[in-house]
Formats: sequence, structure tokens, C-alpha cells
Amino acid sequence: MLDILLERFNYIPIIILMMTGLYVVFATGNLVKRLVGLSLFQTSVFLLYITLAKVFGGQPPIIADAHGDDHGAAAAGHGAAEAVLYSNPLPHVLILTAIVVGVATLAVGLALVVRIREAYGSIEDEALNAADYSRDTGAAG
Amino acid sequence: MDILAHLLPAGIAAHAPVLLVVIPLILAPIAALMPSGRIAWAISLLAAFLVAILALVLLGEVSQAGSVSYHLGGWAPPLGIEYRVDALNVPILLLVGFVGLLCTIYALPSVADEIEPGKQPMFYSAFLVCFTGLLGVTITGDAFNVFVFLEVSSLSTYALVAMGGGKDRRALTASYNYLILGTIGATFFVIGVGFLYMATGTLNMVDIARVLAEDGHSRVTEAAFAFIVVGLGLKAAMFPLHVWLPNAYAFAPNFVTAFLASTATKVAFYVLIRFLFSIFHPEVTFVAASFTWIFAVLGTVGMIVASAQAIFQTDPRRVLAYSSVAQVGYMMLGLGMGTKAGLSAGMLHLMNHAMMKGALFMALGAFALKFGVRSIASLNGLGRTMPVSASAFTISGLSLVGVPLTVGFTSKWYLILAALDRDWWWAVAALIASSLLALVYVGRMLMAIWMEEPPSHQGKAIAASTAPWAVVVPMSILALANVYFFFNADPLVHLANAAAEAVMGGR
Repeated sequence: MLDILLERFNYIPIIILMMTGLYVVFATGNLVKRLVGLSLFQTSVFLLYITLAKVFGGQPPIIADAHGDDHGAAAAGHGAAEAVLYSNPLPHVLILTAIVVGVATLAVGLALVVRIREAYGSIEDEALNAADYSRDTGAAG
Repeated sequence: MDILAHLLPAGIAAHAPVLLVVIPLILAPIAALMPSGRIAWAISLLAAFLVAILALVLLGEVSQAGSVSYHLGGWAPPLGIEYRVDALNVPILLLVGFVGLLCTIYALPSVADEIEPGKQPMFYSAFLVCFTGLLGVTITGDAFNVFVFLEVSSLSTYALVAMGGGKDRRALTASYNYLILGTIGATFFVIGVGFLYMATGTLNMVDIARVLAEDGHSRVTEAAFAFIVVGLGLKAAMFPLHVWLPNAYAFAPNFVTAFLASTATKVAFYVLIRFLFSIFHPEVTFVAASFTWIFAVLGTVGMIVASAQAIFQTDPRRVLAYSSVAQVGYMMLGLGMGTKAGLSAGMLHLMNHAMMKGALFMALGAFALKFGVRSIASLNGLGRTMPVSASAFTISGLSLVGVPLTVGFTSKWYLILAALDRDWWWAVAALIASSLLALVYVGRMLMAIWMEEPPSHQGKAIAASTAPWAVVVPMSILALANVYFFFNADPLVHLANAAAEAVMGGR
């Protein structure tokens, strides 16, 4: 059991971050803190992608001898001969997109919180519910 | 069908799949820069019109060739991103295109009434981005691309829903809750896609399906399946993951509700079908088990519980929102049968439901233009004050119940036939029970509209009037479509059958 965990040690912090983020989203009544939890949750997924791209002993995926016929002739000589082990670059690119999505989500969320604060004067869940549903019970679902 | 494929010159038609997404995307920032809402509306109308034409062209091409594959930037899949149109997603493209077109026409008076003039260009811009996202989700053949487009459409949806905040501040909290749950859903989906990538090393849907069929399933793909189902379930408002939906629909501007109710959850549901049937195989043990024990069971519970909840709502828009959750239950049940007949009935109900809910929410918006509709009592007597809108509401309301002579009857009939085919008597009983509950909540609104005294001002009844043409035309088209496609059900049934056939083959 311990062996399995140690072999996959990179996943442990990811799972901890993921669960922390999700727990914060559900546990807190503060709208800003909830967005913090959401960001934490999303970031753990970024790490998940990054970690699955890593190949043990893998080099950065840069082809050194791609245009090395004049100045890097020597490097090209042995580079072409042996196969080089690369880390997978694709997940990094995917996560670049996902980070943009995450930033946009956070921005929209915070903008909404600002508007909620203007309209209600509070960013606590309980206060918002009390403001909306204590007077006109007819509108409560 | 031949004519459809030749609507556009061949040079343009060859790029139809990408133009479908790019046209609204490029027009979105242009609309944002316009000085007035009317010009931005005209740009949105142009985008929606072109998209509807392109969707027709793609329908023509798909009916000839079976499927259309477009390689973005000329990079061949599985390395490059592929846009793929086949019989399963072409009905969804048509649906989004045409409902988008009708809703855009409807937007002119509705948005002018509800949104501040200074914000209208940005509003239309956000709508076009949302439109782009929905089309992108539908057309793409790349699993990660689905996530990106899903978030493109969702982020703009949060903004659109929050625009209802000018009238009722609860739109802001509704939008916030939608944002939290929608983002959790999207993140679950992307975790699932990550696991699939881990197991297969590819993101192209066709390629994932191929690798999974060759290598078989492991614990990793089972986890991927669970994450994807929960994530898309949140986006599609599958019971019991629907809690964001009623408030978002009830407090958003009327135009946004009409558009979202007939497209957004449908598109998410399509992605679910795509993943369950094309990528994971319905005959794999854990997928088959999820059909019977998750989709069929939760679908049945959802259509009863959500219909019952709808009865106890006082705001007509919340009634219809809960009813939407119940209708997703019907589609889940059809999907959960795991047979071709079931899936086809589910697809048929998906298309029909878009027509009903579009017309219903448009009619509520038409009432709201003249009278603020916040409770069922405010519908009192509108049958005499606004006869056209009230008739459209009545026709599509009856369709929602499933009364014969409307499409609601057709799709429920096919669902019942599919259930009988599997000997699921309990499902038939649940379908009928849910329809009776629908009769109660629709009946309550229809009673108010037709039986009560019309609204009066200082003792005199307000003279009968009709809504602006831009409301009446799209609303009537959708309402009459509810009747037309009962008498001429073949085109829709054919589309639904072809869709089921495309993902399930001869089974």
C-alpha cells in the first residue's frame, strides 16, 4: 500500500489541494472565500495535467539539431544517432488554455461579488438569503 | 437534401464547419463597439442568420456523405483539432442555429425593455459569445476543445443572467451560484478528460474511442467516466444536479431565459450522449450499469420530483424552470434505456422540448413587456387582454403536457414505445404520472389566463392588444411548429433515428 503511494507521490498533494478547494467551496458562507476555494480546486487540476506530462528522465521537448547543419554540426552528429526521451509538451499547452479560463472565471466571479455587495451590502450567504427571503415569503422556492 | 448542400458556393461550403463558429465569434467584439443596441442587434441577427444557413448546408452535406470532418489549420487529426459533423450533432446545430435566429429576432423589443441602453451593445456581444460557445461545443471533435467552448459559453451565460440584476437583484446571486456550480462541473469534466488522456494518449474523440476499443478499460477510464458524467450532469441540469437552474432561469432577462432554456442544457446533454455512446461504448459493463442504475433511475425520479416541485412554485418562470428539469429527466430516461429506440426518443424529446420551452418563455416575456409577470396571479385574464401571446402560451403549454395534436405527445409516445420495448412498465407509469403533474402546473397557469377576470385600470378593463411583431413572429413560429411537427413528424423522427443510428450502429 505504502509502495503504491510512494510510487505516485506526485498525486498526493494534488488530491489534498483538490479536496481542500472543494471543501472550502461548500463549507464557507463568504462569497469571496468560495471563489478562493474554487481557484484552488481548478489549480489542482492544472497540476494534475502537468504531472501526467512528466516522463521520468525526460528532456525538455526541444529538438536541438533541427537546423544544426552549419553551426551545430557536432551536436547534430550524436543527437540524431540516439533517441532522446522527451516529456510530453501537450498537457502544458492545454493547461495554458485552462489557466486563461480559470482567470476569466475568477474575474467574472469577483465582478459579480462586487455587484452583489452593491445591491445587498453584504457578501455573506446567510445575510443574502435573509435579505431576499425574509420579507416576501411568496418568492421563496 | 441535395439543394441544401448547394446553398452556398463550394469554396465557402468547404469551410462551413469552422465558419459556423468563427462568424459569431468575430462579430461579437464588433457588436460590442457599436454605439447603439439596435445596430448591435442587427449584427447579432446577421450572425444568427448566417449560422442557420450554414447549419442547413451541413445538414445537406451530412445526409449525403454521412459525416463531415474539417481539419483546423490543415493539421490532420488526431494531432490537429478536428471539427466533426455527423448525424448526431447536426440536429443540435440546426436547433441552436434556428432557435438562436428566432430568439435574436425576439430580443429587439425584449432587450430594449429590460437592459439599459448603454449596456445593450455589450449585452448582444455577450450573447454572440455564448452562441459561439454552444456551437463550438456541438461541432468540435476534440475532447479538450469541448471544455474550452463549454467555458466560453458558460462565462458569457453568467454575465447574461446577471444582467437581470437591473430589475431584480436576485439575478446576481442566481448568477453567482450558477458560476460556482458551473465551474465545478466544467472542472470535473476536465479532470475526466485528463484521465482519458492519461489512459489513451489522445484527445481526438474518434481516436479515444478507437484506443479504448483496442486496449479495453481500466480503473483510470472508469474514474474518467465518473468525472465526465458528473461534470456534464451539472451543466445539463440533470436531477439532482439542477439546483442552479430554477433561479438562473427565473431572474435572467426574458430573452436570455428563452434562449438558454431551449439551447444550453440541450447542448450539454448532447455532449453527454457523445461521450456515453461514441467514446465509451454502451456495451461496456460499467457504462451499461450506469444507464440502468443512474440515468434511468435518476431520470425517473427527476421527472416526478421536479414536476411536483413545479406545482408549488408561484412565479411562472420558476414553474417552467422546474419543468425543464423534469424534461431533462425524460431525456435521461430515454438515454438510460440504452437502446436505439430509447436514444432516438430522447433526441426527439430534446428537439421538441426546445420548441415548447422557447415559445413558453417567449410568451411569458411578451406578457412581461406589458405587465410585470412575477406570480401566477399576474397572468389573470391575459387571454382576453393579449390573445395572440396567450394562444401561443396555451398551445406550447399543452404540448408540454403531451396533449395529442402537439409534438409533446409525439415524443412521449415514442418514449413509451421504447420503454415497452424493454418491458419497463414502471417507466411508462412514471411517464404518465409526470404528465399528469404537468397537467396540474400548466393547467394552473392556463386557468389563470383564460378563466380569471382580465386586468383592469381604474375600473375599466385594459383594451386587448398584441405584442410587437418582433415578439409575435418568432413566438408564433415556435408555437405553430409544435402543431406542425405533430402532423408531419417524419423530418424530426428521421433526424432522431439517424442520430441514434450514427452512434449505435445497427444495434
